[in-house]
Amino acid sequence: MWMLEIPPFVPFFIGAVIAAVTRGRLRGLVMVLIPVLSAIHLWTVPEGSHLQFAFLSYELIPYRVDKLSLMFGYVFHIAAFIAIIYALHVRDTVQQVAALMYAGSGLGAVFSGDLLSLFVFWELLAFTSVFLIWARRTQKAYTAGMRYLIIQVISGLLLLVGALFYAAENGTLAFGYIGLQGIAGWLIFIAFGIKCAFPFAHNWLTDAYPEATVTGTVFLSAFTSKVAVYSLARAYPGTELLIYIGAAMTCFPIFFAVIENDLRRVLAYSLINQVGFMVVGVGIGTALAINGAVSHAFNDVIFKGLLFMSMGAVLHMTGRINGSDLGGLYKTMPKTTILCIVGAASISAFPLFSGFVSKSMVMSAALENGHNWVWLMLLFASAGVFHHAGIKIPYFAFFAHDSGIRASDPPSNMLIAMFIAAALCVGIGVYPAALYSLLPYDTGYNPYDATHILAQTQLLFFSALAFVWLNLKNLYPPELRSTNIDVEWTYRRVLPAVWQGTVAMSQRVYGLFSQSVTRVFTLTTNYLAHKNAKISGLLSDKHPAGSMVLWVVVILASYLLLTFLQ
Amino acid sequence: MANKKQYIFDNPKNVKRLLTVFYVLCALLLLLDFVIDRHIYHPWENLWGFYPIYGFVGCVVLVFVAKWMRTFLMRPEDYYEKLEEARFQKDQQLTKGDNNVDA
Repeated sequence: MWMLEIPPFVPFFIGAVIAAVTRGRLRGLVMVLIPVLSAIHLWTVPEGSHLQFAFLSYELIPYRVDKLSLMFGYVFHIAAFIAIIYALHVRDTVQQVAALMYAGSGLGAVFSGDLLSLFVFWELLAFTSVFLIWARRTQKAYTAGMRYLIIQVISGLLLLVGALFYAAENGTLAFGYIGLQGIAGWLIFIAFGIKCAFPFAHNWLTDAYPEATVTGTVFLSAFTSKVAVYSLARAYPGTELLIYIGAAMTCFPIFFAVIENDLRRVLAYSLINQVGFMVVGVGIGTALAINGAVSHAFNDVIFKGLLFMSMGAVLHMTGRINGSDLGGLYKTMPKTTILCIVGAASISAFPLFSGFVSKSMVMSAALENGHNWVWLMLLFASAGVFHHAGIKIPYFAFFAHDSGIRASDPPSNMLIAMFIAAALCVGIGVYPAALYSLLPYDTGYNPYDATHILAQTQLLFFSALAFVWLNLKNLYPPELRSTNIDVEWTYRRVLPAVWQGTVAMSQRVYGLFSQSVTRVFTLTTNYLAHKNAKISGLLSDKHPAGSMVLWVVVILASYLLLTFLQ
Repeated sequence: MANKKQYIFDNPKNVKRLLTVFYVLCALLLLLDFVIDRHIYHPWENLWGFYPIYGFVGCVVLVFVAKWMRTFLMRPEDYYEKLEEARFQKDQQLTKGDNNVDA
């Protein structure tokens, strides 16, 4: 069937072109139809490589379908569909085009069967998504977008160099298991790691996402980091290092999240925390763990999208997003409040919500494989994520002290998008078999046994109890207008300072140097001139121009005489 | 604001009711530990009240550590912008003829 050969990114790119030239309802219709049609098409596509050709003696496979890529393909369609509905009211053509291109690039990346195609989409992800940040059109968003772009491009370049080394080492560009062998393995690992927000390389995410537009952040939260998780699951399953990296990723962001004031930045930190669970799953690498990582990525796209949408709704309606400025919004935004709580319950992995059925797989796998300390860290992170994303976000936005803001619920397209996401969160939580049937492996896992439910509920309720207790005792850190420094401090503060210092220093050194050179030079010329004046007084001293002419005439005349002599 | 409407949590009684329900649920969950025979993977899980205590203590520690982190991480809200703007203005001044001797 010829339709087979159309990779999913093609309809999105065509849609982007149409979105660029249409306006109003027509554009809305086209944008909504594209993920729907593309998803229906993808549903009918069997597994296998559907598009391949030779390029410089290498086999390129821009369209390869298997269970792993399908899983991400499906969820990217869902995410694109929800986010497009959420952004239907946006009139900004730049944003709409960029969003479609970005979603298409994400789909292109997960269906890439070779490293070169992956690299192309990897860079496209960066170049298309940055417009969703710049579209905020503030100085802050511009500089944050620049930093974001630079870091993403560095990741892309590492991937390209790694791919070239890989091709040299193995004679193929096929994108399969790579592993941490050789320089290629490490370069590609670091490239994936930057996009995956590994510790110390994570700051682009918390820097840029909260600066993007209301609707842009919803798109951003779905694709980039999940493409990285997919790539790790494809190329580095069972790499032990990933377990520890992932465990660190689950734990450190929650501390920052507790003291962060910008609620969208709190969500960005919890995004890293959730990706950490997936990275741990990939690192363990057993069938159950990979299933857990992939299904958690699936669920995370939806519930994190829902949370970003609810905070976006708050920002859209009130113009504020700092916890210190908000509060009491449940009074006039009841629908948003409830939808946000559904998202919060899902990310906290309450039984009957989507997070529960996927996160517990990773935790069980960690225990089964004897990673006791990692399991304890994950347990701590589960409690912590409930604390900051599950309680802090809804509490400070919608309850807490009354800020006096009386904003109403957002436009209906935003509510519908949030409602779809919330319905999926609950649907997957109640009936996980639908999700499990899509997973790469069949493990017969059942999350709903009494032990699991009780353990998780106890953990969450007593985390909540801790919050209540701390709040009643006034021990909970208040939301303060502040910036918390993170790794970005090194490149936003230290590096510029060092650079300025270096420039100032080199200017001074150069000044001193050029002064001394000039002095030596003048001294030397003066000295020579002095000498010269002494020895060559006869030829160079104060002769009138007429005598020079005379001597020239004498010389020419002697030439003339010499010619006669011959 | 002229909005004098009473909302559900404006009444402290309702907050109290909600908290009471919550405390009762916590207590019930703790008691369920005796009733439900759990199959465990790890010896720690066998300790009485492992999950509730771990959750509670973990969160308290989390909050205290985070609070302590504020002492060395927290900066004014415009920490980065101030510096970046200052640099921006300096550049601007230079182009506006800072070196102009006639001025």
